[in-house]
Amino acid sequence: MNAPFKPRFNRREVLAGGGSLALAFSVPVSAAAQAPATAPAAPRLPGDLQTNRKLSMWLRIEEGGKVRLLVGKVELGQGILTAVQQVCAEELGVDFNRIVITSGDTSLVPNEGVTAGSLSMPGCGTAVRHASADARGILVDLAAQRLGVDAAKLDVVDGTISGEGKQITFWELVSGQELEVEATAKAPLRAKDKRRYIGKSIPRIDIPAKMTGQPIYVQDLRPDGMVHGRIVRLPVYDAKLVSVDTSGVEKLPGVLKVVRDGSFLGVIAEREEQAIRAAEDLRRAAKWDTPKDVPTWETVYDWMQKQKLQDKVIKNEPRKDRTAAAATIEVEYRRPFHMHASIGPSCALATLGDDGMMTIQTHSQSVFETRNAIAMMLGVDRAKVRCQHVQGSGCYGHNGADDVAADAALLARAQPGRPVRVQWSRNDEHKWEPYGAAMLTRIKAGVDGNGNVLDWDYQLWSTSHGTRPGNDAGNLLAGQVLEKPFPLPTPVNGGPPNYAADRNAIAMYDFPSQVVTTHFITSFAARTSSTRGLGAYANVFSIESFMDELAHRAKVDPLEYRLRVLKNERGRAVLQKAAENFGWATWRKTPGRGRGIAYAQYKNLATYCAIAMEVEVERNTGKIRVLRAVAATDSGEVVSPDGIRNQIEGGIIQSLSWSLKEAVRFDASGVHSDDWISYPILTFSEVPKIEVELIDRPGQPFLGAGEASQGPTGAALANAVFDAVGVRYRELPLTPAKVKLALS
Amino acid sequence: MPVLKVNGQSHNLAVPDDAPLLYVLRNDLKLNGPKFGCGLSQCGACTVLIDGQPVRSCVTQAGAVVGQDITTLEGLGTPDKPHKLQRAFIDEQAAQCGYCANGMIMRAKALLDTTPTPTESEIRVALDGNLCRCGVHQRIISAVMRVSREA
Repeated sequence: MNAPFKPRFNRREVLAGGGSLALAFSVPVSAAAQAPATAPAAPRLPGDLQTNRKLSMWLRIEEGGKVRLLVGKVELGQGILTAVQQVCAEELGVDFNRIVITSGDTSLVPNEGVTAGSLSMPGCGTAVRHASADARGILVDLAAQRLGVDAAKLDVVDGTISGEGKQITFWELVSGQELEVEATAKAPLRAKDKRRYIGKSIPRIDIPAKMTGQPIYVQDLRPDGMVHGRIVRLPVYDAKLVSVDTSGVEKLPGVLKVVRDGSFLGVIAEREEQAIRAAEDLRRAAKWDTPKDVPTWETVYDWMQKQKLQDKVIKNEPRKDRTAAAATIEVEYRRPFHMHASIGPSCALATLGDDGMMTIQTHSQSVFETRNAIAMMLGVDRAKVRCQHVQGSGCYGHNGADDVAADAALLARAQPGRPVRVQWSRNDEHKWEPYGAAMLTRIKAGVDGNGNVLDWDYQLWSTSHGTRPGNDAGNLLAGQVLEKPFPLPTPVNGGPPNYAADRNAIAMYDFPSQVVTTHFITSFAARTSSTRGLGAYANVFSIESFMDELAHRAKVDPLEYRLRVLKNERGRAVLQKAAENFGWATWRKTPGRGRGIAYAQYKNLATYCAIAMEVEVERNTGKIRVLRAVAATDSGEVVSPDGIRNQIEGGIIQSLSWSLKEAVRFDASGVHSDDWISYPILTFSEVPKIEVELIDRPGQPFLGAGEASQGPTGAALANAVFDAVGVRYRELPLTPAKVKLALS
Repeated sequence: MPVLKVNGQSHNLAVPDDAPLLYVLRNDLKLNGPKFGCGLSQCGACTVLIDGQPVRSCVTQAGAVVGQDITTLEGLGTPDKPHKLQRAFIDEQAAQCGYCANGMIMRAKALLDTTPTPTESEIRVALDGNLCRCGVHQRIISAVMRVSREA
């Protein structure tokens, strides 16, 4: 076990603020602890404690028997706030319902960067766990002094510390004192047999309000004096507003102001339908210059190969022995652009206060970086912009959330003192959200006489998966088109190798050799950015489809073929579990039906996920019916089993929607996928039965589950369709027209 | 100036007859249940019941439903006293972001009012025009089945 926790603390006058006892834990007097976070002297702390080291940044013991938990990660419908509340309750030793969470307010919470990349449990969950355990240790130590009882003999139950017939509560203890301590992450964690919350499916804290129409979404905010804004977006990418006669619109009932700045055009009105009408009239009055020579959604794969490429070999382990392969197989796979396609279009409120403070309510995933980008766009100090996260519709990555926040800020600047609510239309969201980037991959394998891989050469072509606000106004749609425009920064293929476009591009199999090359494209055929899984969807689809092709070529069962070259025990475990639950060994083929299996460890370092799928293909229509999907996952230690299941199920359904139906269609005349008819998604009649089994790994790090199942789903589908009808589909999505054509 | 009967209460509203019902419910009556999703009658997030029938409030003019019984999600139940469908959605944790839930619950209410014990396939057919992006379809079906079983 860990060493006993012996904090040092200073007693001072309490800081009482806003009726709450702010129990501020801060830095003990030691050189190491006072050093900046990046200095080598500072010990490495787990999760986001590394960058937000003071306990007071995370926890407050508040009046009225409450505990306030402050987190930089935000609720996107993934259940993160419930999960971290479970972790806090467990490790601090209080009832779940005593905890009140503040999340994503740039003035109040620790800066945990972007809520993305399945990093909220590893980053935030881990930090909250250790911060809470540290705080409990300090409080127990304090109680030991106060009660005159050895700390080892004290027990904590719901904030009451007791032993040897004496007791005191957290709230009695901290009255009149301020504890100053930095996290150590050395306090022992709650023993597994004593846990009340970690590992239990605690019902989500936000669901009752959502099911009964309580105001919980940013769309539901209606501060006094609120007015409605609408933006007239460009008709096509890179268009320029030449002229617009606003005189008619300005006379419309309810219209307060037309705002034009360069090609940014918006209107503010008293009522929502008035703002919509005014924006429609403005759109008709606007004259635009539009570019002519642009790639289309169908020519993008050729276009990508003709661009100036940033080539990077991210894995370079060619085979040492030079024996010739018995055969060489080379294939290409393609995925199109697809949308986040939130059901609720993006929305934000902004208010310019008398004090010059711009306060923005936003469903952004990156409140701090978006605040900084908006401050840059407005030309004001960052301290003059405050972003407060309020939930929106699920986003699944970088959608219009940040852009609409910038839109609202520009309109609010023109209408000081009035909260301006900007609601994007369905058309705005479909046409202007940044899409998941189309990708092309090419795999060449040399195999031996038994079909085993000797040489594995993987190449991928992709535009950027990362144009989030990132502190730069050039990433905001509005910022790019102002009279004095902010240029779009040249994209970089962010993160370490195997992380963005090349996420999961390195196959997790133990081949004798592997060479992986990324061809990154810094120009754009369509606006693209982070969409659930980034490159992992295309890379796992490609690798796992190709493994299936090789297995069939070698006349080996695809499960067996994978297990031959997969040494990782946790990877093997999910593959075997998914196969077992599917009934892989006893499954019998019938005409028109097929089965497929696929596997990946997300980012090669997070959740392990294997999916087995059964499909039925109608030969005369080309329609694919997915009958069932069986998943097995290992996300490390499980905090909320149902939370992870919900993410895996949802990921499978969303990926089936991408893989069966979705492709953004665009050409020189603009984006044609501008509503749910022209961009259909999976519906109830098309959703299969899904089973998910979790392999819990107590004591192992939290791995995060939100993006684990999409890649394996796409490949399991294509593999099952191949098994059903003997045709290999290498270009997503597998639409009935495409399937029918191949079968005829 | 329409008089609207919403969740059993009459409201004299100073709004134009052609204002979309959705905006009147949300902005004038400050109801949050019905959601703006598309404004095109394509996604179902704005569904309300009008004389018991599921209707897309985003394409319904306020003036067209004067005198009719309009029921929103708030008219079914509250966090303290949820309707059995709301209770079932909570028990099944049938949400991620929850933005589509209004439409799912209101459409399911209309189904159960006419078909108290629907089969799974009847539920799928009834909800097929309501879009969910998070992928909680299976949980939503389970929630409606749960109410069906209890009927």
